[in-house]
Amino acid sequence: MSQNPVSSGAPADAALRVVAKEAVAEGVVALTLRHPTGRRLPDWAPGAHIDLVFPTGLTRQYSLCGDRWDAHTYRIGVLREPVGRGGSAYVHDELAEGDVVGVGGPRNNFPLVPSQRYLFIAGGIGITPLLPMIRQAELVGADWTLVYGGRTRTSMAFRDELAAYGDRVVVAPRDECGLPDLPTHLAAADATDTRVYVCGPGPLLGAVENYCAHWPVGQLRTERFVPKDRGASLRDEPFEVELARSGLAVTVSPGATVLDAVQAAGVNVLSSCREGTCGTCETTVLAGAPDHRDSVLDDDERSAGDCMLICVSRSCSDRLVLDL
Amino acid sequence: MFAPAPILPVSDADPFALDVLEDPLPFQADLRDAGPVVYLQRYGVFAMGRYEQVHAALTDWQSFQSGAGVGLSNFRYETPWRPPSILLEADPPHHDAPRAVLAKILRPRALQKLRASWFRDAEVLVDQVLSTATEFDVVADLAAAFPLRVFPDAVGIPDSGRENLLPYGDHAFNAFGPANGLVAKGAPRVAELSGWVNEQCAREALTADGFGAQIWAAADRGDITHEQAPLVVRSLLTAGVDTTVNGLAAVLYAFARHPEQWAGLRENRTLARTAFDEAVRWESPVQTFFRTATSDTEMGGTMIPDGKKILMFLGAANRDPRRWENPDAFDLARNPSGHVGYGMGIHQCVGQHVARLESEALLTALATRVESWEIAGPVRRHLNNTLRSWESVPVRVRLGQ
Ligand code: FES
Repeated sequence: MSQNPVSSGAPADAALRVVAKEAVAEGVVALTLRHPTGRRLPDWAPGAHIDLVFPTGLTRQYSLCGDRWDAHTYRIGVLREPVGRGGSAYVHDELAEGDVVGVGGPRNNFPLVPSQRYLFIAGGIGITPLLPMIRQAELVGADWTLVYGGRTRTSMAFRDELAAYGDRVVVAPRDECGLPDLPTHLAAADATDTRVYVCGPGPLLGAVENYCAHWPVGQLRTERFVPKDRGASLRDEPFEVELARSGLAVTVSPGATVLDAVQAAGVNVLSSCREGTCGTCETTVLAGAPDHRDSVLDDDERSAGDCMLICVSRSCSDRLVLDL
Repeated sequence: MFAPAPILPVSDADPFALDVLEDPLPFQADLRDAGPVVYLQRYGVFAMGRYEQVHAALTDWQSFQSGAGVGLSNFRYETPWRPPSILLEADPPHHDAPRAVLAKILRPRALQKLRASWFRDAEVLVDQVLSTATEFDVVADLAAAFPLRVFPDAVGIPDSGRENLLPYGDHAFNAFGPANGLVAKGAPRVAELSGWVNEQCAREALTADGFGAQIWAAADRGDITHEQAPLVVRSLLTAGVDTTVNGLAAVLYAFARHPEQWAGLRENRTLARTAFDEAVRWESPVQTFFRTATSDTEMGGTMIPDGKKILMFLGAANRDPRRWENPDAFDLARNPSGHVGYGMGIHQCVGQHVARLESEALLTALATRVESWEIAGPVRRHLNNTLRSWESVPVRVRLGQ
């Protein structure tokens, strides 16, 4: 079996291999990712995203748009951002089939809540989280409509997958039909107590949010991706972990987890899933900047930086001090 | 590579027979040794007792569904005795929203608020028990008393009627097994107990600040439906009491039987956290759960046909010598991580952090006061089709400074 070397210096435990890369529209590639050993990947639900960690240290979030019944691969769609900060250009120009890339998550800030009816609104690459939602809405027999806007027909990814749904899908390329008639769709949704899911560029989200400002909490669900620069490049260097209560210090090498390193030092920490999903190994951080790779903590808890799931998460700083 | 087709071992043993429930260990050892998958003729189900297969089946929800029931009864063909749990007896996508809501309410950071008061409650209870006697029953006086004191308050149900929780849970866990004498014993009170439990799940019955109210608030936000909210509360009340009571009984019994381990805990209090998981591995309060094959599925060299029930022996997996060194020892020097006593995967016990916190509070309070203790009389099991449960563990304690 031929295997490309780890290209990004990403830690082996939190890295997936690109097993397919295909152009799916003008400026959009779809990546299929798999664990280097082929093992099951952590479970996810529609609306979930993963973090890709690039060699520059930039972390970018991509919605999962594959099939959750396939436990061994993740699929994401990546748009080349003309004014991006290098993440999407790296994916388009550098990342190749066979490469390994650092991955965090999956996490879900955009879960599909139960409802009889959904209105999905996608702008461009915002279609990605909605694809598995649509499949799920079909599965549970819900009533749904998709309004899919984009620049031009050729720039709009996954249209072939959507073609099967017939006139439930309203495809509206701007150069052919102008802007989609959101007020009409939203008024109809409001009248029928429909859950509305929107993903796309800022102006689209802003327009929808304005229109729905008076709606009950939770009826409108949006997701906004904000690329995060961690201010430190991805560590392919080892880092130090200080265990405050036991007075020990250990070095975490790129291929090992913090949990392994702590245990090797003779300090027992409970864990269970070892994939960042169950929460058992949560540990208080006294100093340093954790590099969160788990599926458990929410955004506030992550930015607070005072705890981490040590079975998968790593460090942005040279040194972490843990309450162990 | 040529691999001869393995022969499926067949067993006519009854894992739900009273003598097996009384002491399941010999049966479990036979099951593990017979092969990775064994056919239980008496019930027409497939069984697995080895860690590797149990772990694999628990995590593979795509192949082994819960929605046809996690008991012997197959919901594809039979009507359940109560509306199915929207957590335990549901698969994705229906399982997603209730699970996400409950997981958020019960995650470790959210429980921090309860920590100080549960530690105080544990001290008060331990003081009460120790001030009246140096001989007592750890099951009734501690293992059952503590969860019944703190957990219903945390959920937010009223004081009156709490005595119904244990018999309700006992029946619910019996009902996962075959319709044997244990189920018949609980049947006369089913309507009354279910009625009472269902009443506690209504919004009006719940205090404004508990887990129950948070579940209803999630329904107001549309994260789950208003029809789902009472069923999620019901899951908490069904799954959150008997299991913890038996987990605590297990860890207290383990320490009474292993004085050297208690001395170790007294020396190093941080072991309180490990102790509970080691006890859950060692005694496995939830012994078994079923799954149902979603299609013809290969497992351990055996083809399990679509729609067939698979019985996973969590307790047997947790003592599988293929996975654990010296598995029958209760040993705090071991790292019990990875045990399947809470399940594994998308159905892994969502209340595990609650149970661990209860145990940590109780063991910490006991470690401060009790220097050593021993079994003071005959111990008695309480038999249940699913739970490894205790009726009585009398102990004698020596108090420390
Ligand atoms: S062990 Fe499950 S989150 Fe770390």
